[in-house]
Amino acid sequence: MPTRRTFLKAGGCALVAYAAAPRFLMRTARAAEARGKVLVAVFQRGAVDGLSMVMPHGDPGYAGARPSIALQPPRQGESNRAVDLDGFFAFHPALATLGPLWDNHSLAVVHACGSPDTTRSHFDAQDYMESGTPGVKSTPDGWLARAARTLPAKPAPFRAVALGPALPRTLHGDIGAISIQSIDRFDVRGADASAGRGFEALYDQGVHDLLHGTGRETFEAVKMLRSANASRLAPANGADYPRGQFGDAMRQIAQLIQADIGLEIAFADMQGWDTHVGQGAEEGQLAFRLRDFGRTLAAFSRDLGDRMADVCVLTMSEFGRTVAENGNRGTDHGHATAMLVLGGAVRGGRVYGRWPGLGRHQLFEGRDLAVTTDFRTLFAEVAARHLGAPTASLFPGFKSTQPSLGLFV
Amino acid sequence: MRWRASILAAAVLVGCSAPAPRVTAPGDASAPAPASSAAPASSDLRAAGDREVLHALSRLTYGPRPGDVERVRALGLDLWLERQLHPEKIEDSATEAALAELATLRMSSSELLRAYPRPDPQLRAKLASGEMSRQEMQERYPMDKRPARITAELQAAKMVRAVTSERQLQEVMVDFWFNHFNVFSGKGDVRWYVSVYERETIRPHALGKFPDLVRATAHHPAMLYYLDNWLSAKPDFTIPGGPNRGRKAGLNENYARELMELHTLGVDGGYSQHDVTEVARAFTGWTIERPRAEARFVFRAAMHDTGEKIVLGRRIPAGGGQEDGERVIEILTGHPSTARFIATKLVRRFVADVPPPALVDRVAATYSRTGGDIPSMLRAIVEAREFRGEDVYRAKIKKPFEFVASATRALGGRPDTNGGMALARASAEIGEPLYEAQPPTGYGDRADVWVNAGALLARMNFALGLVSGRYQGVTIDLPTLVAGADTSAPTVVLDRLLAAILTNQASPETRAVLVKHLADPQITRLTADDRGPANTDVAKLAALVIGSPEFQRR
Repeated sequence: MPTRRTFLKAGGCALVAYAAAPRFLMRTARAAEARGKVLVAVFQRGAVDGLSMVMPHGDPGYAGARPSIALQPPRQGESNRAVDLDGFFAFHPALATLGPLWDNHSLAVVHACGSPDTTRSHFDAQDYMESGTPGVKSTPDGWLARAARTLPAKPAPFRAVALGPALPRTLHGDIGAISIQSIDRFDVRGADASAGRGFEALYDQGVHDLLHGTGRETFEAVKMLRSANASRLAPANGADYPRGQFGDAMRQIAQLIQADIGLEIAFADMQGWDTHVGQGAEEGQLAFRLRDFGRTLAAFSRDLGDRMADVCVLTMSEFGRTVAENGNRGTDHGHATAMLVLGGAVRGGRVYGRWPGLGRHQLFEGRDLAVTTDFRTLFAEVAARHLGAPTASLFPGFKSTQPSLGLFV
Repeated sequence: MRWRASILAAAVLVGCSAPAPRVTAPGDASAPAPASSAAPASSDLRAAGDREVLHALSRLTYGPRPGDVERVRALGLDLWLERQLHPEKIEDSATEAALAELATLRMSSSELLRAYPRPDPQLRAKLASGEMSRQEMQERYPMDKRPARITAELQAAKMVRAVTSERQLQEVMVDFWFNHFNVFSGKGDVRWYVSVYERETIRPHALGKFPDLVRATAHHPAMLYYLDNWLSAKPDFTIPGGPNRGRKAGLNENYARELMELHTLGVDGGYSQHDVTEVARAFTGWTIERPRAEARFVFRAAMHDTGEKIVLGRRIPAGGGQEDGERVIEILTGHPSTARFIATKLVRRFVADVPPPALVDRVAATYSRTGGDIPSMLRAIVEAREFRGEDVYRAKIKKPFEFVASATRALGGRPDTNGGMALARASAEIGEPLYEAQPPTGYGDRADVWVNAGALLARMNFALGLVSGRYQGVTIDLPTLVAGADTSAPTVVLDRLLAAILTNQASPETRAVLVKHLADPQITRLTADDRGPANTDVAKLAALVIGSPEFQRR
């Protein structure tokens, strides 16, 4: 566990070369002392089929609804089958890498979770989930930004970071969140260092406004990353991230966490869940995505090791998919889905939420898994219990009518 | 003496640049023109006048090109504005010719649906499962036949027009109104509708009457689809045919809500949830005829709720049809809240992030007096004392699209259509993918939306890429910007660039920083040629100026 001293030893020497170092060096050392909590939000864009991700093999309605894409129920000793969780639910076999995290109680599932809004539009539903205001599109900011705003102010360039080309809706708001495509390329990319020095000097002038302030923060961040670019931040404990956009994003989030640069909220997303055609069962399109997803989460957890006590990963998707398979061996847009909570002080090894059932009369609008846990109930619990964020104004207009899930110790 | 030198450089530069984008080099600019041509008193006056011209150009265009200040000064600001308010009278054939090869810009939605069919789901499934290689997929279904091509061409056209069109104010207003009536090109069928939407609803009315914009967008398949009104029907309507035959449909409030909240009254405009429902009922039956074939507006009486509606206290009698929706548009566009909301947005775009309330009042009054006449509102803004206020001068942060366009313009650049696509990608990297704003709010128009660490770095890297020719299809002309300047005299080169790119609006601090930076051996390096010991890296200096804080402002 790094102390202030070890941090200075490991990262500080690279920084003294830069004149502007002391301010953030002090800040960073403080952050390292306090070593705050980190929330990592993962968005599965395109609506993941929660019924395949966490399969309800104990529900008699499951298999019959999906003649060609239902998973075989788990069976002891058969590794190519779904991984039983509690006698009723099972992980998709492509998520077998998550089994050990389930077994050691660091991973929980919240099933039949979703939005009270009935839209089946990806983009509307994503918008609602990111703003945290189902049915209200004019909300200017995102719920993660609001969560960050309620935390004691710790101005740091890497306080809230999204890995990707643009700042996602959920981090919009006046919190100085930054988006980074690649931390290796988060720098001025001139042929030599002179352009970088020039830009830095230009933004370092005495003017105090948003532009110059952000410019100074940017170069602090750039330098912070340059110094953090040490080999000690290579994946630890033999963690092996899958290649690809999501693996890269999570690997870099782990690097930012281990660099102790004040990260509190991170965001990554993964595309490709919109399986209308040829979804597959144990193998196929969805299995392919889930394998990447599960292996990445497992690598992330392994990489961070003990540090996972301070880190909580929350996965989400805008809605689930139809219970019945469609005419193209796929599934159409549905309603509730499953979400995962990993790390922190989570009481894992359990599936949370009331199971609404797959009987015809139990389905939402006669076709979809009903929502029994409003996503805001889950998000608020994670924000409050993991980050310590006050939740009074986190989700405007929302008063949870269900008791807390009791996800955390 | 330094300020004098830079003014001279500017005078030389703008003086010799005709409407042509390329600046003709003066005979010998390294030897300054005689001082008598810019006597202190007249140059002060000229500087004050230029500042006004510059301010107008920075707000009403995508930034000055070399020579623009001089041209507008010669024409007179008032006359220039009047010309810009009548774009149809401005000759712009060069821009149109540059866009000629982008065929999708002129196609109808039904033509686009035929020429750029959606991908065969079986092919996608085969690709996803690995049964088909990417190369095979590319051969079966080449990139330039995919629907994404439609958006790419539209993005390229937007970029080319912003950089080269003589109808600058029209392009600014097309961007402004598209954003006001935003649709997201990535939502379902909108991809095949979006270019037609801009061409047929936004562009013809961008400098017309506001109610016409509302009317045109309300009828267009892009808006009907994007905000779901095409599905909205009277309660318990049973779909009579098609793939969803027999399914129940009902009221969808999406468009009704956004029409009041985002298009007309504003969120505090004084409507209730009851009004939302009533407006939604009025618009039932406004739908799309065969969305994937004909894709045109149709009113379906069978879906329409014929009951009485009360909208903002006004009664729309029972028994109506399509005219119920038309009546709602009349009520909304004639409402004082709409006048105020539109005035606020215009003043925020053209004056300041926090709009001066007195000016908003006057522009709102203009709206009410003229029935939402856009040129009248723009004149009211430009003529306002607040428009010239010291506190609003260079106070707006360029959004990424504006930044990319203005940088290219400042360097006398010209993109071809590939260049337009490259610049559009640059805009996306800095945070503004064109036509890809998901929420109906469009993109924000305040500094805090656009200023963040990753985006600033992206701006600096764009500047470096632009000067080094990294954007294929974008021709810039650095040598002409500093033509004749002795590259062994780095401060002369620097002042030329500050004059050309920042039109001499660099702060003394910025100039001092850059002068100091000239000593950097990687900027001014020793060379063995016969031009002397020092050789200035003009491209890098130009990049520093474009990436500087000053150039992020307009």
